Amino acid sequence: MSRIEIVKTYKIYIGGKFPRTESGRYYQPEANGKVLGNICLSSRKDFRNAVVAARSAQGGWSAKSAYNRSQILYRIAEILEGRKNQFIEELIQQGSKKAQAEKEVDLSIDRLIYFAGWCDKYTQIFSSVNPVASSHFNFSVPEPTGLVAILAPEESGLLGLISQIAPTIAGGNTCIVLASENKPLCSVTLAEVLSTSDVPGGVINILTGNRKELIPHFAAHMDVNALVYSGDNAAEIKSIHEAAVDNLKRVIIRDGGNYVSDKHENPYLISSLQETKTTWHPIEKIGAAGSGY
Amino acid sequence: MKNKIDYSSDWNLDPAPESTGHIKLKKKYDLFIGGKWVKPKSGKYFATINPATEQKIADVAEAGQADVDAAVKAAKKAYDTVWSKLSGKERGKYIYRIARLIQEKAREFSVIESLDSGKVIRESRDIDIPLAAAHFFYYAGWADKLAYAFPNRQPKSLGVAAQITPWNFPMLMIAWKIAPALAAGNTVVLKPAETTSLTALKLAEVIQEAGLPEGVVNIVTGYGKTGAMMVEHKDIAKVAFTGSTGVGKIIMKSIAGTNKKSTMELGGKAANIIFEDAPLDQAVEGIINGIYFNQGHVCCAGSRLFVQESVYDVVLRKLKDRMESLYVGDPMDKNTDIGAINSKKQLDVINDYIKIGKAEGAEIYQPKCKIPKKGFWCKPTLFTNVAQSNRIAQEEIFGPVLAIQTFRTVDEVITKANNTPYGLSAGVWTDKGSKIFNLTSQLKAGVVWANTYNKFDPTSPFGGYKESGHGREGGLHGLEPYLKFD
Repeated sequence: MSRIEIVKTYKIYIGGKFPRTESGRYYQPEANGKVLGNICLSSRKDFRNAVVAARSAQGGWSAKSAYNRSQILYRIAEILEGRKNQFIEELIQQGSKKAQAEKEVDLSIDRLIYFAGWCDKYTQIFSSVNPVASSHFNFSVPEPTGLVAILAPEESGLLGLISQIAPTIAGGNTCIVLASENKPLCSVTLAEVLSTSDVPGGVINILTGNRKELIPHFAAHMDVNALVYSGDNAAEIKSIHEAAVDNLKRVIIRDGGNYVSDKHENPYLISSLQETKTTWHPIEKIGAAGSGY
Repeated sequence: MKNKIDYSSDWNLDPAPESTGHIKLKKKYDLFIGGKWVKPKSGKYFATINPATEQKIADVAEAGQADVDAAVKAAKKAYDTVWSKLSGKERGKYIYRIARLIQEKAREFSVIESLDSGKVIRESRDIDIPLAAAHFFYYAGWADKLAYAFPNRQPKSLGVAAQITPWNFPMLMIAWKIAPALAAGNTVVLKPAETTSLTALKLAEVIQEAGLPEGVVNIVTGYGKTGAMMVEHKDIAKVAFTGSTGVGKIIMKSIAGTNKKSTMELGGKAANIIFEDAPLDQAVEGIINGIYFNQGHVCCAGSRLFVQESVYDVVLRKLKDRMESLYVGDPMDKNTDIGAINSKKQLDVINDYIKIGKAEGAEIYQPKCKIPKKGFWCKPTLFTNVAQSNRIAQEEIFGPVLAIQTFRTVDEVITKANNTPYGLSAGVWTDKGSKIFNLTSQLKAGVVWANTYNKFDPTSPFGGYKESGHGREGGLHGLEPYLKFD
């Protein structure tokens, strides 16, 4: 007699822990006529809990040295490399061909390495010393926008997800991600990778569930600083823009699709989730007329 | 005991009024569309008055839908047929011409600005107009260098920009809007604030004189309704707005779901933080300049003062002494420190907040100075005994009203300073470098002035975090909002 399989429960990831959804609901996405698993149908309350976790992690994450953030992103890539086969299997389960799945996992790892490298470099690209006409030292630097809500691309369950997360956290933001509704397996497994990769709890929070139900909450929450949307559903985009107005959160619409392309590898994906801060200080001019103050 | 100068009697300065004889103003202004002055199809005009005397200066056209359509059409045509085809170098030369002409007419511009807005001539002469010219100079030079600004990216212009400017720095804000838009290769429909249209219309004359191709810059005057028509127009690619957070939100709602790019430069409630080791006399000057500059009509005004407890008494004493020496009155007098409130409407808003402050239990202080009988005036005002939850500590007043709070520790003041939906600017005063950098890196604000306040420069990016808006104006960073990339 064959061994009885252990069927995995896929849980969400909030503040470095794996709770079930507080709603007690689940859904069963299918691929090739087979149920992929019992997946949490996260609620508004789960999202709010995630916001609390992401907000409390924000200060610490943005205060880490750029070098340290870089190492942590590199560590995620290392752990992912060690669990390649599991991701490939899940992608196949979700409908990918084997070669395609292998390529997606390889690219996902490489993309993490790519953004790991940017952590301690983008600041120099986007900073400036500004030659003001008065006697002041004046400089501008990018700073993380803060707490970012990400609506991950629906079609690319791993590579798309990582392509959105990596530039966000490389720039010192924390995030809450809504995984692909129909291809959620890799997001939950990625959470397991994250929890063993030195990423502080709360920096990345991953929810699964129904997009329609959760988008309004993602877009309207007053303690979310920015929202990243991947896709081209005009009605969704409009409703997000409208709900985002209440606290003027930054809305970034990225055309999803073709995550294999290297258009998903550039530092502007980081800078779009940064604020520019300009600092002024007088320069003392001994013996010169006039005061810099 | 009399050991202080009584500024209201001991130190009367003779009047030193700037003359107005040299300025040329028309009695009635039409709209500037397609390089020509055209009568509004709406047929409507409204009066613009001098807020220091309440006398009418001129009539200004009120653009309606047909006028806005004509302006956008002219801008689109200019973009499609001329401006987008011109080389960056030639575009730049036109912008340089505008800069030069503003410099040449600087005196006329400053006088008109002070007459129309109530701001003191010292500020319009030394700050607003020279900085406006400098802005055009700065961005003129970018027009043929855009490819160097964004590594590995090909910038492209957007099309027609709808730009709506405020009444607090009328000419300067117009320069902040038009100069980068043109340098980036866009054409413009601009609406100045309804109480301060005159320098915009004077700029239209400069634009004609500079020979700028017809329709590249169109100036339509009117109220908020006119602005809404511009923002909602289907042929607009870009909206740039400076004004209140409330109106900014209305604009953002109205462009939701469109591809219109936006820059929002909105309200603020800046913390100005004085530590016990600060150079106190300079800090007091910084507080005065932070809140009473331009009658407090400044989005980045240092309207919340945080004083470390150990120096509270001495700072407050010095501050009150300094306030006694401020001259409030005729904006055209070169000695005046605080001019007229821009409008009756804004004066009512400020007076309401002063009432609210008192009702909430804060203690008010105003100097003894006299204020003129006619016109709109508000004495420099400060409130002590203010709680963090008081409305005068939370909401933007946009007038010469300072709310003072105290603190003990660095962490405490950072928390208090950041506890606001706004994030435009902040000030820090201390002689300790490491403390400055701790503060400047933790304050959530787009501009931080350390041991200085309210300084501006065309090369220096300006703009807010959170509900103070998005996008930057000034510097290399100020180009990006007017460009798109593949």
